[in-house]
Amino acid sequence: MPDGMNVDYDGLIPNNVGLAEDARVKKALETWHPGYIDWWKDMGPEGFQEALVYLRTAVSVDPKGWARFDYVKMPEYKWGILLAPKVENRLIGFGQHKGEPAWQEIPGEYRGMLRRLMVIQGDTEPASVEQQRHLGKTAPSLYDLRNLFQVNVEEGRHLWAMVYLLQKYLGKDGREEAEELLNRRSGNADSPRMLGAFNEATPDWVSFFMFTFFTDRDGKMQLEALAQSGFDPLSRTCRFMLTEEAHHMFVGETGVQRIIERTCEAMKAAGISDPTDVERIRALGVVDLPTLQRKMNLHFSLTLDLFGNEVSTNAANAYNAGMKGRYREDKIEDDHRLLDATYPVLRCIDGQIAQEAVPALSALNMRLRDDYVQDCQGGVNRWNKAIEKAGIQFRLTLPHVAFNRRIGEFSRLHADPEGRVIDAATFAANHDRWLPNADDNLYITGLMKPVDAAGAYAGWIAAPKVGIDNKPGHFEYVKIWN
Amino acid sequence: MLKQHLIDPEICIRCNTCEATCTIGAITHDDNNYVVDSSICNACMDCVAPCPTGAIDNWFQVPAAFSLEEQFSWSELPPRPAEEAAPDALDEQAEALIAAAHAGAGGKARAPASASKPRVNLFNRAAPAMAKVVGNIRVTRAESGSDVHHIILDFGATAFPVLEGQSIGVTPPGAAEMRLYSISSARDGERPNTNNLALTVKRVEGGLASNYLCDLPIGATVPVTGPFGATFLMPDDSDTDLVMICTGTGAAPFRGFTERRRRLAQQGRGRLHLFFGARTPEELPYFGPLQKVPAALLDQHLCFSRVPEKPREYVQHRMLAEGPALAALLRKPSTHIYVCGLRGLEAGVEEALEAIGREHGIDWPGLRGQMREQGRYHVETY
Repeated sequence: MPDGMNVDYDGLIPNNVGLAEDARVKKALETWHPGYIDWWKDMGPEGFQEALVYLRTAVSVDPKGWARFDYVKMPEYKWGILLAPKVENRLIGFGQHKGEPAWQEIPGEYRGMLRRLMVIQGDTEPASVEQQRHLGKTAPSLYDLRNLFQVNVEEGRHLWAMVYLLQKYLGKDGREEAEELLNRRSGNADSPRMLGAFNEATPDWVSFFMFTFFTDRDGKMQLEALAQSGFDPLSRTCRFMLTEEAHHMFVGETGVQRIIERTCEAMKAAGISDPTDVERIRALGVVDLPTLQRKMNLHFSLTLDLFGNEVSTNAANAYNAGMKGRYREDKIEDDHRLLDATYPVLRCIDGQIAQEAVPALSALNMRLRDDYVQDCQGGVNRWNKAIEKAGIQFRLTLPHVAFNRRIGEFSRLHADPEGRVIDAATFAANHDRWLPNADDNLYITGLMKPVDAAGAYAGWIAAPKVGIDNKPGHFEYVKIWN
Repeated sequence: MLKQHLIDPEICIRCNTCEATCTIGAITHDDNNYVVDSSICNACMDCVAPCPTGAIDNWFQVPAAFSLEEQFSWSELPPRPAEEAAPDALDEQAEALIAAAHAGAGGKARAPASASKPRVNLFNRAAPAMAKVVGNIRVTRAESGSDVHHIILDFGATAFPVLEGQSIGVTPPGAAEMRLYSISSARDGERPNTNNLALTVKRVEGGLASNYLCDLPIGATVPVTGPFGATFLMPDDSDTDLVMICTGTGAAPFRGFTERRRRLAQQGRGRLHLFFGARTPEELPYFGPLQKVPAALLDQHLCFSRVPEKPREYVQHRMLAEGPALAALLRKPSTHIYVCGLRGLEAGVEEALEAIGREHGIDWPGLRGQMREQGRYHVETY
C-alpha cells in the first residue's frame, strides 16, 4: 500500500499528511483547534453533545479502512485531515496548462483565485451544521438522529479539510480566512455565511431531507469539479470528501423516499386514492404529496442559485487556470481546453427564455448546473417509482430552471414551474400553490415530534429498508444519556 | 453454484462511489442501475465499506450468473435464494476449518443480533496482508510445561479491520495447509487506535504453524489472510451478559471481548462471566493480567485440575457450583454463551448446563436451539 493511506491517530489531529513533521502547519491547526471546538459546542447539534452516537470514522483512506463504526460522543469525534492517496505523475487534465505535471504548491498568479474557491467551499460546511443544529430535538427516530449527526460531523471534517489547505498553502492569508470561517454565522444579519441558501433556516426534517438531497448535491457537484483540479492537494482533498458526501445524498434521497412510502401506505390503508385530497390525507398524520412538491420547488430553485451566473468569466478563468474542471472532466472526450467550443445556454432575452450558443468556457457554471439537474432527476425518478408502485396517480417533477430564481439570467423575470414567463402579479397570486405556504409549514411543524425509542419511527416516515452498518431494526443508534 | 455479488437497485442511490472505488473495473452503470460484472469481480470487498446505503452488500448463491443486461433492467433484486447467513470466509480451507470448529453448537451458527458487521476475506492466500511482528512474549510461567505466546502483529499502512472473536489465517512457509488463530485483542488494536492485533498461540510439539509463530523474532514479516468468521462475535449491545467458557488458548477471543467491554467502561449494564480452566495457575495464559480486571466488569471463575494437594476442578464442576447464578443468566433473554477451547470441553459443558437446567426447571436442549437461532449460543472448539 502506498504511503499516505495510513492515518496517524496519536496526535491531537488525526491525519495522513504527515502533520507531525510539518511544525508550522501543525501549530496553526492546533491554534485553530480550540476555536473549532468552541464553535462546535456553540453552534453544533444542540442538546446531544454528551450522547453516544453510532458514527462512522475513517481509520485509513483506502477502501478497507474507510468505515469503522462505533459509539462516539460528538465532541470527541476524530476530525482530521484526510486526503485521497496521491496518484504518481498526475498531470493537469484541462485548461491552458493541460498536460503539465499537477501542482503541489499554488502558483503565485493563482493564489487569489484558489483562496476564493476554497473559502466559498469551506464556508458552506459549518453553515449547514448551524442550519441544522435544532433538528435533534424533533428527530423521527434514533436512526434518523444518527444520520443527522453523521452528516454534521462530516461537514465539520470538511471544514477541517479546507482549513488545512488554507493554512498550509496560503500562509497568513489562509490563517485569517480560517478564523473567519469560524466567525461567520448562518442567517446572522451582521456576519452571514457567504451563499444565500446557507443562510436559510432548516426548520424541520422535511426541509432537512430536501436540503441534503438538493443543496448537498450542489456541494457534491462543486467537489466533483474541484476534484479535477490541477492543484493536487485540493484534488486529493475533494476526492476523499466526495466519498463522505455520498452519505449525505443517501440521507436526503432515502429520507424523502421514506416519507413518500409512508404517505402512500397510509393513503392506501385509508382508501384514499386522490393525492390532492389534502385534508383527509393530513388527518392521517402524513405529508401529502402536493406539499412535498412545493418543498421540492423551493429547495431546487434555491439551490440552482448556488451555481451563480450562467455566463461567467470567473468560471472560465478557473477552468483555464486548471483550478476547477467540469463534472467528471476525466470521463469527457474532447480537447479539454474549450477554446473554440460552444455550449447551449438558456438565457433571458427580451424578457423571454431562449437558448443561445455561448462560448463553452464562459458557460461552465451552466454546464455544471445541467449535470446537477440530471443528477437530481435520477433521484426524482426513483421517488416516482415508489408512488407508482403504490398505485397512486401522482408524479413529482422538478420545476423549470427559470422558476423562482434570485441569481442569474432568470432573476430578471418571473416564470411558472413549467417555465412559462408570467408577470409579477400572477407569480404572487400563485405563490402559495407553487411554494410552501404558511399552512404547509404549520402542518409540518406540527408533525415534528421526537421519537426516541429504539426501532420506532414517527408516523409520517417509513422505516428504512436496511440499517446503518447492517444493524437490525431495533438497534439503538444513539444512546441519550442524561 | 457460484456466489454472485449484486447491488440492490431499490436501495442504491447511484452515487458512483463503488464504481470509483473498484480498481479492476468490475462495476459499471447505465441510466438505470449500477451493476457488478461477475466475470471481473474478485470479491475483494473494497466497495463494501464506502457504500453509504448498504445496497452493495448482496451475495446470491446462484447456479448461473445474472448478466449485465439482466441487472440493468431490474428495478428490484430478484427473489433471494433460500436464506443463508453471511459467509464465514470465501476461502474453502478457512470455511471448512470454521465449520468444523463450530460444529459443536449443534446447528447453523448465527451472529448476535447487535454484533457489528464483520468484514471477511479481505486478504486471501494469493494476496495476503503483510504483518510485522512487534511483540512475542510467553504468557505462561517458564517452569510450566505449557508454552503459550502472546504475539502482536502490526499491519502498518494496511487496513485490516477485525472484530473480537474473528480469526486470521496463517500458512507457515512450505506448508499447504492454513491454520486459523483467534484474535485476542479488541477491534481497535492491542492498544486503542493502533493498527495491530494480538494472537494467543500455544506451542504444539511438531506443530508447523504454532512453532513457526512462537519462534518469530520481532521485526519478522508474516503473510496473513482473513479476517474470517461471521458468527462467533460479541454483541455490541453492552447491556448483554456474556458467559465465556474456555480452556487454554480458547481464552483468546474472550480476552478480546473483555478488553472491548473494558474500553467501553461506563456504558451498559451487562457483565462478563468467565469460566476458565487450566491445569495450574502457571499454565493459565494471562493469569497475571486477569487479576487486574475489575470484578464489576468480569466475574472470574478460574479452575485448576492439577494443583498439588487440591481436588481436580474442571470448568464444569465450577459451573455446577454456580448453578443458581447460571440458571438466572439462562433465563435472561440478553445472555450470550460462548464455549471455546479443546473439543473435549464441549461434553462437560453440555452436561453441566443440562444438569443446571434440570434442577431449575429449564429445558436446556430446547433453550440451546433457541439461543443458537438467536445468535446467543456459540461454540468454537478444535
